[in-house]
This record gives sequence, C-alpha cells and structure tokens, in this order.
Amino acid sequence: MSAGPVRPAAVSLRGVSKRFAGRGGEGVSALSPIDLDVGPGEFVSLIGPSGCGKSTLLRVVGDLVAPTGGSVQVNGKPAHQARRDRDYGIVFQDPVLYDWRTVARNIALPLEMLGWDRQRRAGRVQEMLELVELTGFEGHHPWQLSGGMQQRVSIARALSFSPALLLMDEPFGALDEMTRERLNGELLRIWQQSGCTIVFVTHSISEAVFLSTTVAVMSARPGRIVGVVDIDLPQPRTVDTREEPRFFELVTEVRERLRKGGGAEALAEEELLLVEEER
Amino acid sequence: MSLQPVVFPGRLHRAGRRARDWGPAVVVLVAGIVAWQGLVTALDIQRFLLPKPTEIATALRENWTFLRYAALYTFGEAVAGFVVGSAIAIATALVLARWRPLGRALLPYAIAANAIPIIAFAPIFNNWFSLVSPIPKIAIAAVLVFFPVMINTLRGLTSVHPSSIELMRSYAAGQAATFRRVRIPNSLPFLFSGLKVASVLAMIGAVVSQYFGGLRTTSLGLFIKERAVLARFPEAWAAIVVASVLGVAFYLAIVLVERSALRWHPSVRSVRAE
Repeated sequence: MSAGPVRPAAVSLRGVSKRFAGRGGEGVSALSPIDLDVGPGEFVSLIGPSGCGKSTLLRVVGDLVAPTGGSVQVNGKPAHQARRDRDYGIVFQDPVLYDWRTVARNIALPLEMLGWDRQRRAGRVQEMLELVELTGFEGHHPWQLSGGMQQRVSIARALSFSPALLLMDEPFGALDEMTRERLNGELLRIWQQSGCTIVFVTHSISEAVFLSTTVAVMSARPGRIVGVVDIDLPQPRTVDTREEPRFFELVTEVRERLRKGGGAEALAEEELLLVEEER
Repeated sequence: MSLQPVVFPGRLHRAGRRARDWGPAVVVLVAGIVAWQGLVTALDIQRFLLPKPTEIATALRENWTFLRYAALYTFGEAVAGFVVGSAIAIATALVLARWRPLGRALLPYAIAANAIPIIAFAPIFNNWFSLVSPIPKIAIAAVLVFFPVMINTLRGLTSVHPSSIELMRSYAAGQAATFRRVRIPNSLPFLFSGLKVASVLAMIGAVVSQYFGGLRTTSLGLFIKERAVLARFPEAWAAIVVASVLGVAFYLAIVLVERSALRWHPSVRSVRAE
C-alpha cells in the first residue's frame, strides 16, 4: 500500500482498572488491575465471555472510557494524547456508517477531520476501496451494501489515514460464519499490507487463534487477563491453517485458559460446538 | 430522431406509474364530490347545514377577486409565522442539545407551555399590536409552529447512536464538528416531520386568529366568520375550500423539499425504489 511509512505502535497497560458507578455507592468492578503490552506490528486478540470488560478495555486504550486507575500508554504517549494525535483507527461491531454519506464520503470522513483537500481525499479513497476490494462502489450509500461490505467500508475508513494502531471491537460478530471467515482472511492481508498493530476483541476462539500473533484470555467479571497464548502458526495464514493440528492444539489451549478463568461456560455455546465440528 | 423511441417509452412509463400512484386518490375525490352533490339534492338538506358543491363553486367564482387576494395575504401570514417560528425552534433545539443541563432545566416548561391553548391568546395579541396589523397573526402562527419543530429537532439531534459519537471522539472531533457531521444530518428526518406538522398548524393559526379581527380586505378568517353570521354559507364554504387548498399546497411543498433533502433516508428511499 502506498500509505507511507507506518509509525511504530505499541500499547502498554499498567495496573488498569475500571469501576462503573452503580446503585448503592459500591459500583461495579468491570476491570481488575490489568497489565498488557502490545508490540509494534502485533495482532493481539482479547477474548473472554460476554460482559468480561474486553470492549471496555479496548475503549480505555482508545481514551473513549477513562480508567479508574492505572496508566495507559499508546505509541509511547498517554492515551489521551494519542487520541488527540489521531494515532488509532477504530472499528465497531456495527459498521457505524452514515446513511447520508456515500461509501466514498464515509471513508473520507477522518480525512476531512484531518483537513485533507478534496483531491488528496479522492486519491486515498480509491486506494482504500482497492484495499478492501470495493472499487466501483464509491457512489453507493451504505444501505445499498450487504453487512459484510459495510464492515469492509468501516475498515477502510479506519485505515484511511494510516493510523499505526487499529482497534477492533467484535467487528465480525454480527456476520454469518462464511462471511466472517472470508473477512478474517481479508483482514490478515490488510494487516500485512499496512503493517499496523491490531488489538482485536472477539468472543470466538477460532477467530482469535486464526488471526492473532498473541491471544490474551480474560476472565468473567471483573475482567482480568488470566493467560496469554502465543500463536506460533506460520504466516501467511490461509484457509488451510484452520485444518492444521497445531491450530486445534492452540484452540484447545485457549479454551482451557478460558475454562480456568471461569469463562468457557459463559462463551456462546454454538462457538464451542463449532470448534468441535471443525475437528 | 433515433433517441425518441428510447425517451418516449420512458416518459410514458413514468406517466403511467404516476397515474397508478395518484389515480385512486383522484377517483375518491371525484366520487366524494359527486356523492356530496347527490346526497344533498336527494335528501333535500338545508343550505345552512351543508350547501351543494355547485353552490360553493358559484360562490367561489363570484367572490374570486376578494378570495384570491385575502387567501394569498393569509397564506403570507402563515408562511411568515412558519419561518419565524421554525427558525427560533431550530436555534433553541441546537442550544438545548449543545448544553444538556440547560435542556433539562428548560424542557419541562417548554412542555408545559405546549399544553396552553395558544389560539386563546389571539385577542390579546391583537390588542398588543393592532387589530389590522399582520403581526399578531404571524405571532400566533409562529408560537403554534415552535413546539413541534423544536421538540422534533431536539430529538433528532440527541438520538444519535453512541458508537457514532465514539467514532467522532476517536477523531478528536470537537462539539462543532460532531454537530455538523453527525447530529445535524441525523436530525433532518425528525426536523422535516416537525415542519410538516408545523405547516398545517401555521395555516390554522393564521386563519383562526383572523376570527378575532383583522383588515376586512385581507382576512380569510374574518370573511368566514362574517358570512356565517349572515347565513351566507356557500361563501363561507368557498373561503374554507381556498384555505384548505393552500394548506395542502403548503404541506406538499414541505414534502417536496424533504424528498430532495433526504434522498438517503428510508422514507424517501422506498418511494424511489419502486
């Protein structure tokens, strides 16, 4: 990609905790003190049962939620400064595209915020459309696209300004299994082309193992990291990766860690069944 | 020449579709008028209860010069009230959406004020300004218009998906950018549904406030009231018909603006997709 050199990105969390104010003054503890390091160029997945605070943790990294305690460093600076400097792109479970904008103008939104002129924006939008394989759809509106295509637009928008860090909050959670697997493959290709760092929240074990260089396993509420599994599957990963014995070993290892953290029961049952079937 | 066979069927097709869209409504209108005429004649209904459409048509023709002038004047008052009321309402909604504590403090009073029958103020407004001045009529129309436009716009500005706001925050966007790029576009469908209600209310406000006095040459409302007192009902009905046509035209004008402004919105999409 001609997106220019990508700055080194890293996330460093030290003793990060979060309590939400609740009834009775006690509040709800969402995150126990968490330490986590993400190196530049890594693909780290946060996996855990529903409500374990993994999405909250992602928002803490993005300075969208303030932690109750601890320190958050992004690209070697405080998270707040990193957000001000527009150091990261974010993709949500919903594509969050604006219906009143065309695909091209949705992708160009962050570029407008950065003050790029029209011509430069148009050039970059074409590059991004190529990257997510949506060339020709620039004049469409989001509601004219399928769910998977919408999410690709959302990814193109997040990467349009070449952020060094990409935060993804269950981006494929609302898609059907076939679309999800295809987009997993595309995401890996995009990750390798752009060289960015990705922090990826998911509740799918197989997705986490397939995509990541490292999987951080979180426990049920209050969320904490109960294990870090290095995924030593060779790159680039292909459809065959999912059929390698090592893939299943790693899936099992992640599942064991989840179970120890009290999370496996809470994971979506269908997901566990699916892993069994893949075997 | 070679283009014609291509263009013509397209036009014909569009005309055909339009006829299919509007045909049933036109049939109902014509049938309604015919039934009205027939029933009034057959049942020998007294003129003061309900005049025949033909009598109303005659009255319309005989009073046309006056009716045309008074109707346009009244319509002007309604439009002026609509513009003033809507502008203040949109500005208020923007302020209340930007400073939410202010909204929480003021909104209960706005809702309470909405429960006041505004039209009851017409004689007092007439007294404040002048009986023959258009200002009290415009003011009544503006006050009637204010609430539906303000409350709809406010809802549109504030009912934004939380992720949309998070997305803008991730770009370090300030309030102004968030309003311009997210909240205001998001509010447009809400604003237009408020404006549609408001267009009808503005016409009601202008006509009804004229019941309480105004210049005889310019007041559709005063004409209706006086002809009714004189038992010249076909003339009163003729004025009502004129006011109704203008009210419908006003409403349709807003709908047209809405359609061109909201091409992306589901309500308009479904019309275009057909």
